[in-house]
Amino acid sequence: MTSTVLAAASSGAPATMHEAVLFWLLAPIAVAAAIGLVVARSAVHAAMMLAAVMMCLAAFYTAENAPFLAVVQVVVYTGAVLMLFLFVLMLIGVDSTESLMETLRGQRVAAGVIGLAFSILLLAAIDGGIASFHPKGVVSAEAGKGNVAAIAQLLFSRYVFAFEATSALLITAGLGAMVLAHRERTSARQTQQERMQERASRGGAAIAPLPGPGVYADHDAIDTPALLPDGTIAALSVPSYLQVSSAQPRREDPELGA
Amino acid sequence: MRVDYYLYLSAVLFTIGAVGVLVRRNAIVVFMCVELMLNAVNLSLVTFARLNGSLDGQIIAFFVMVVAAAEVVVGLAIIMSIFRSRRSASVDDANLLKY
Repeated sequence: MTSTVLAAASSGAPATMHEAVLFWLLAPIAVAAAIGLVVARSAVHAAMMLAAVMMCLAAFYTAENAPFLAVVQVVVYTGAVLMLFLFVLMLIGVDSTESLMETLRGQRVAAGVIGLAFSILLLAAIDGGIASFHPKGVVSAEAGKGNVAAIAQLLFSRYVFAFEATSALLITAGLGAMVLAHRERTSARQTQQERMQERASRGGAAIAPLPGPGVYADHDAIDTPALLPDGTIAALSVPSYLQVSSAQPRREDPELGA
Repeated sequence: MRVDYYLYLSAVLFTIGAVGVLVRRNAIVVFMCVELMLNAVNLSLVTFARLNGSLDGQIIAFFVMVVAAAEVVVGLAIIMSIFRSRRSASVDDANLLKY
């Protein structure tokens, strides 16, 4: 099916029926996802919307006789770049909400108006300039070698210096990220002996291990707090991030007759 | 369907990305909008390659992807170091040069 689409689109004709269906199916999705990216409240939702746009663009690349770029789009953008975004999002906290207060008065309205004017300008320019174009199709440029081989030949002949400069750029970017993300240790690392001495100086219960969670006939989950001899909850028996959901021991089952 | 519809789509996506850069406050979302603009330009480059009957447009789109990857690495590292010092990813909070 894909090969028929590619073969049909490769004849140099402007566009085929297959491509029109693909375009009118995916273009609204891409635009809607792009709008969703701008209006999404949560940054993770915005990242998912961006993934949708990128996948749609990859499909357009296959329809436009650029299978190599389509694969690179999926692997590099959707695979690497977007995962990097999500990684940093998780690192700095997903729930860091955006303040809805406008710092500059009327900035959103102004941005919308400017965007609308800019899009009208762009669309009018394309509309005026496109009349002189007659699509030739890239297949003639591939000279029967296929897309990947033709791109490789061009990349390692005419664009070889740009290609080498790209490798220098990538190394520089990697080094720059390492320098920027590196954090010097401000205090000396604590040894095991120092940690034990600190625990002993706090005295009493700090030396022994923390109590384990409660194990009862009906509950042995890790969020079930253990009970002290007087029936109160041992707060240290449950990790702090689990205590929200289990404020009291769940021992009120009528069948067991608590 | 004409081939230049891709160019219209690319223009619309680019504009949405630009509006997003202007409107959003979260630095990471601003960065995603920049990526959207780069992707829109890539689409028009691939379309230009098809219109002109040469592969140069596809090669340039490939280089744009490489530069975008490098840009994302450095940009996210900058956002992380700003977050570390100011505990915020909002572009409004990075205003040390303001006064």
